[in-house]
Amino acid sequence: MIDYHAPLRDMQFILDELAGLPDVAALPACEEASPDLVAAILEEAGKFATGVLAPTNRQGDLEGCRLEGERVIVPEGWQAAYDQFCESGWLGLSLPEEFGGQGLPKLVSTPVWEMWFSSNMAFTMLPQLNVGQAEALLIAASEDQKPTWLEKIVSGEWAATMNLTEPQAGSDLAATRMRAEPDPGGDYRLFGQKIYISYGEHELTPNIVHLVLARLPDAPEGVKGLSLFLVPKYRLEADGTPGEKNDVRCISIEHKMGIHGSPTCTLSFGDNDGAVGQLVGEPHQGLKTMFIMMNEARFGVGVQGLALGERAYQAALEHARERVQGRNVVSGETGLPILHHPDVKRMLVGMRARLLAMRTFLYTAAGWFDLARHHPDAEVADRHRRYVDLLMPVAKGWCTEIGNDLCDEAIQVFGGMGFVEETGVAQLFRDARIITIYEGTTGIQANDLLGRKILRENGETLRELIDDIRACARSVGKDDRLTELATSLDEMLDTLAATADWLLAQGKERTAALYGGAVPLLHLLGTVCGGWQLARAAQAAQRQLDADEGDADYLAGIIDLARFYMASVAPEAASHARAVRDGGNVLAQFPETRL
Amino acid sequence: MKVLVAVKRVIDYNVKIRVKPDHSDVDLTNVKMAMNPFCEIAVEEAVRLKEKGVATEVVAVTVGPKAAQEQLRTALALGADRAIHVQTDEAVESLAAAKLLAKVVEEEQPGLTILGKQAIDSDNNQVGQMLAALTGRPQGTFASAVEVDGGADDKSLKVTREIDGGLQTVALQLPAIVTTDLRLNEPRYAKLPDIMKAKKKPLDTKTPDELGVSVASGLKRIRVEPPAERQGGVKVGSVDELVDKLKNEAKVL
Repeated sequence: MIDYHAPLRDMQFILDELAGLPDVAALPACEEASPDLVAAILEEAGKFATGVLAPTNRQGDLEGCRLEGERVIVPEGWQAAYDQFCESGWLGLSLPEEFGGQGLPKLVSTPVWEMWFSSNMAFTMLPQLNVGQAEALLIAASEDQKPTWLEKIVSGEWAATMNLTEPQAGSDLAATRMRAEPDPGGDYRLFGQKIYISYGEHELTPNIVHLVLARLPDAPEGVKGLSLFLVPKYRLEADGTPGEKNDVRCISIEHKMGIHGSPTCTLSFGDNDGAVGQLVGEPHQGLKTMFIMMNEARFGVGVQGLALGERAYQAALEHARERVQGRNVVSGETGLPILHHPDVKRMLVGMRARLLAMRTFLYTAAGWFDLARHHPDAEVADRHRRYVDLLMPVAKGWCTEIGNDLCDEAIQVFGGMGFVEETGVAQLFRDARIITIYEGTTGIQANDLLGRKILRENGETLRELIDDIRACARSVGKDDRLTELATSLDEMLDTLAATADWLLAQGKERTAALYGGAVPLLHLLGTVCGGWQLARAAQAAQRQLDADEGDADYLAGIIDLARFYMASVAPEAASHARAVRDGGNVLAQFPETRL
Repeated sequence: MKVLVAVKRVIDYNVKIRVKPDHSDVDLTNVKMAMNPFCEIAVEEAVRLKEKGVATEVVAVTVGPKAAQEQLRTALALGADRAIHVQTDEAVESLAAAKLLAKVVEEEQPGLTILGKQAIDSDNNQVGQMLAALTGRPQGTFASAVEVDGGADDKSLKVTREIDGGLQTVALQLPAIVTTDLRLNEPRYAKLPDIMKAKKKPLDTKTPDELGVSVASGLKRIRVEPPAERQGGVKVGSVDELVDKLKNEAKVL
């Protein structure tokens, strides 16, 4: 089994120096987030992740879930972990105080959720669903509905699910067929089947609340005809307590490559008299609510990439320090741990550099969410909203791809022992494989980035971002000791700017060719954002070093990690750019029949 | 009954200890600090006594630098009602700590004072015993079970102690001093709402001067050495060889 220790020092350094915790804590509604409180929260969350969630991770993977009739049995350790998680109030960390949460900013909840995902991803999907559903209800539910459902969802007393996918409606929700018929009693009755429903059935809580996308009888065709419904596993009595079983059943669970502890259910609604549910929000406006939540959801999956990469790195580092093998390639000395092999060291330094890049990027973006939501100056709020919109496909697409790469590389560090399941890194690799797929595949993120976020607005926000990063490069370059970082960042920016100009100069008839290069474009922007954040990190570290604050060794390490990223990852920007332009062109001319 | 619980800020038990290059002390620069694990057990026991209705108030106390307030906040998040910080940047030895705590005991008049049996930094295992002597209160050290006898008067306490070769149960007259061993309880995790509330709980700061105690050192530290690196082991072929090695190599026989 592999241990997990929250990387508190990195987290704290990024929050304080780079992601703007002081700015966020100064926002109205965020005053609680004082530095000492945040430090205490991270510390205690770290203990909980290490002591409660991490030890159940491997067992959950081994046991998996099973279907007995219509009952779904989850891993044995889940009940105690879930009860303790909810009793400790962690579920409500970022949710409103009005419904029992603590209302802390996203910048504070992000490192905490990173810890939960690192320590036990399959488990953490369960409370994450509650947070997602609570956010949907906060947007769309009526004032009458909110108290009934939200208090139970925020406390975790009831579990929550999201029901979007159907066999014919995966990435394309326009094909949704689930029907909702008005009931004389004022509710609705739902009929149809949903698949890939995480935690769609279990007995961890006395009720499960399904949030379901369905069509009303008068619904227009396509995505404009989808409405949202709340369908509880047990129908509610007049006093709001769970009563008789609703007409929803789990008819199968999937056998999956990873996240074995998370049951992925096929739910059948309305096999008898119809599953009783309530409409949430206006009729036919369901997808709008889903879209409002989409940035949050994508961001959350991006954090999973960071989290799994972190756990993989910790495991790989420990192994590389302990495993003695081979001889020094130059001196021939034997009896040394494998960390001394230049290539093993290359992998570990590269992993740590990319983790620092991702974490700084994601935490900084978490701060943008808070600034967009709470900043009193509408213009400042709007700028951060536009950054969130532009970069969420990158946060999701790039961080999940890199997260997969890191889990893969950790196995390489372990060698044969990584291919063997007992060491636990294989589980991380298997668990990570879903994150580039769900909540919109990398391809879908890339299409969104190119089409909606760049072409549609003629690259306006992207240019603003490039200007911002350019200013950062200039500022970093003023310090002679950091010039090489600034130069690399500038080079990447030139590449990005040229690619953006080229993209925007292409006529409509060439759009298909552009989409063939969408994923390389996403990687290009991700690589640049990573370099940007590391340049900022190096600058902050240098500032602290000059002021004789903090741990000099640690801070020097931050600067070196930025250097290594610029030397080994940043050059990929040019190849991504080439793939955007030339690769897309070749693809557009390549007949599918030749495959 | 009021329960006073003493906590100490020490180097985190996960940290690999480094000695300063000049061998004057352990290097604490930029090292993660935490509440002494035995003190966590002491806090847990106090909070459990409060949950059982035996304790009416739990007061956490520490002696140490400003940053030691973090450990007091931890105690408050775990369920202590208020905290007292005896603030000093001096290195405080066992006897000085006991004297300071004795003053706090005199002011607070707790029915029960709980301490960790030792702190994992200096491993002295002295403060509880010294405090008992200074306050003239009975002591139950190395507790693996603490039971306050029923009855409204709460006059006595049964403490099961872990001693060489078994367990010993002693009965103490309250007010008393108890020090905790590892198996007394398993400390809880702090709950998020309690972490947030801890910020608002009262925390009083005092100085050794105000308490009329000198923390001047009576001991001189000559040199701090890290433990010797462990050498690889060898397999011995026979009992005779083992005895021979113990006699002639290890020279322990």
